Amino acid sequence: MVATTIDVRDVAKSFGSNPVLKQINLRLPAGQIMGLIGPSGAGKTTLVKAILGMEKVDAGTTTVLGTQMPNRQVMQRIGYMAQSDALYEDLTARENIRFFAELMSVPKPQLAGAIDHVAQVVNLTDALDRRVAAYSGGMKRRLSLAIALVQDPELLILDEPTVGIDPELRQQIWAELYQLKAQGKAVLVTTHVMDEAERCDYLMLIREGIALAQGTPQQLEQDYAVSTIEQVFLKAGRLQDESHSDL
Amino acid sequence: MRVIAIFKRVLREMLRDKRTLALMFIAPLFILTLMFFLFNTSSDTVAKIGVSNVDTTVVKAIKNKHVKIQHYGTQATAKDQVREDNLAAFIKQRRGKLTVTYQNSQPGDSALVRQALQDGLTKIKVQALVAATQTQKKALQQQAKVLKTLVAQQQQLAAARGTSQTGAPMTKSQQTHVSAPTNYQVTSHYLYGSADSTFFDTFLPILLGFFVFFFVFLISGISLLNERTTGTLTRLLATPIRRGEIITGYLMGYGLFALIQTVITVTFALTVFQIHMIGSVWLILLINFLLALVALSMGIFVSTFANSEFQMMQFIPILVIPQVFFSGLIPVDQMANWLQWIAHIFPLYYGGNALMNVATRGVGLSGIAFELIVLVLFATLFTTLNVVGMKRYRRV
Repeated sequence: MVATTIDVRDVAKSFGSNPVLKQINLRLPAGQIMGLIGPSGAGKTTLVKAILGMEKVDAGTTTVLGTQMPNRQVMQRIGYMAQSDALYEDLTARENIRFFAELMSVPKPQLAGAIDHVAQVVNLTDALDRRVAAYSGGMKRRLSLAIALVQDPELLILDEPTVGIDPELRQQIWAELYQLKAQGKAVLVTTHVMDEAERCDYLMLIREGIALAQGTPQQLEQDYAVSTIEQVFLKAGRLQDESHSDL
Repeated sequence: MRVIAIFKRVLREMLRDKRTLALMFIAPLFILTLMFFLFNTSSDTVAKIGVSNVDTTVVKAIKNKHVKIQHYGTQATAKDQVREDNLAAFIKQRRGKLTVTYQNSQPGDSALVRQALQDGLTKIKVQALVAATQTQKKALQQQAKVLKTLVAQQQQLAAARGTSQTGAPMTKSQQTHVSAPTNYQVTSHYLYGSADSTFFDTFLPILLGFFVFFFVFLISGISLLNERTTGTLTRLLATPIRRGEIITGYLMGYGLFALIQTVITVTFALTVFQIHMIGSVWLILLINFLLALVALSMGIFVSTFANSEFQMMQFIPILVIPQVFFSGLIPVDQMANWLQWIAHIFPLYYGGNALMNVATRGVGLSGIAFELIVLVLFATLFTTLNVVGMKRYRRV
């Protein structure tokens, strides 16, 4: 049996009287890439933060790597890439990576090697000693990804990782994700790029805080009798709106 | 280990930001230099006084190095001359009455004139007194002489009569002594500082504390604010770091800069301006370090209520400026009672007190222990609030 990395049960959350997540259930086994797709404002980031234990949930539980969240120690085993680039602009890329690696308790002897490795993965080796302030948007995204990878985590949670990244590099990043998957690591990706969704092993459609549909891309296409995920997405949304107007 | 990572990062960021670094280290020196000259030249101020028809004895008595006398004719009027020649005051005499008109746009000048006038009139009175005493003395001496002759005559008479008893009480008057008026000579000793002590000497230690407090408050507050607005704080809390470790790292980083700042300003003041500092420099450093910790924890705490750098600046008039009033620059014990109570809620009140005691009175560690403890309590209070407040970002 494959270990479960993320187990979300009946999670609900509202900001004031505005519900953001309703009855979300999610299970991510090791060695899988799961895509969380949905329009902006659907609650993807809130769900991600709830999984990380950074957002208080109103109901339900989230368990990560066998530990109920929130838990500080488990954080070390999760590579997290936030939706906004949270980087220290006055520092160089190398210093940024090193800082987070130190916080993640990467042992000192492996530090330099780990930094070089992740820089290579995101293709930033040449710009490693430049200040982040001089980076382009895409470069910052890649640096954020490198930081998420630096401690070689068992679980990767990437919030919109490929925004502002050119197609060639996107291929490269996906190749890296597949490689991580092959190593038995789990990846949770939020995205609204549909061709990326097709590459995931498992998808969860989330809209207005509700998990509309989930399954493998092929399964979803079959269920909705369409040929692309984009159409699945549109159709599911339409159905949801119709059921709303019925009420 | 994680604390060290935060500490190193804070240092590195500070070192990269040359302007902020300059603000922290050079701005205090600039302000100190400015204040040094401002307060030290003020003792050489000369106030111009116009006199019209005033007795020369009075003018001579009034004259000192702080006033300059300008003579006018009897026709001159106070209003016109004061305006025309920018006089600090105008004195007119009519018979025995002196009328003084002050310009009073510069209270300092008015004070100088008042002082000179008072001194002068006292001098005249004393002279008059001395003169009167001397005439009295002469009169007494004359009387004594007359008495002596009288007594002599009586004694002769008595001797002639063969009885000398009546002479006994009379001889006493012979010993009547007229003492010369005492000439008081004033020798001044200064318990703290010296005759050259200026406003600047006394207030320098407080200023040092204020600089530390102000800059650390502002820079650390804005720094954590940035951390919050750029999302790095959230990112930090997605690592296994403890909330307390973040705050401690910050305390260490900015504490170090505060120490360096204090060392630079103290060294500057001691070597360039030759300031008298009686107490231990180490105690000054310790107090400033504690002040920095309070400023830091306060800055970080306050930054959670600000959404931008500008909003952070808005706390300066509310939280920093009032502290200056209660730091000892204005003597707190002369304030109204309720103000004295308010003073006690400001950290800089304790810091200023301790700094002043050490620098100008040479008080030792035990003498400022209370103030130090209060500062530690302030820092602990705000640090705790910060650590708890960060629960908003992560629950553990």
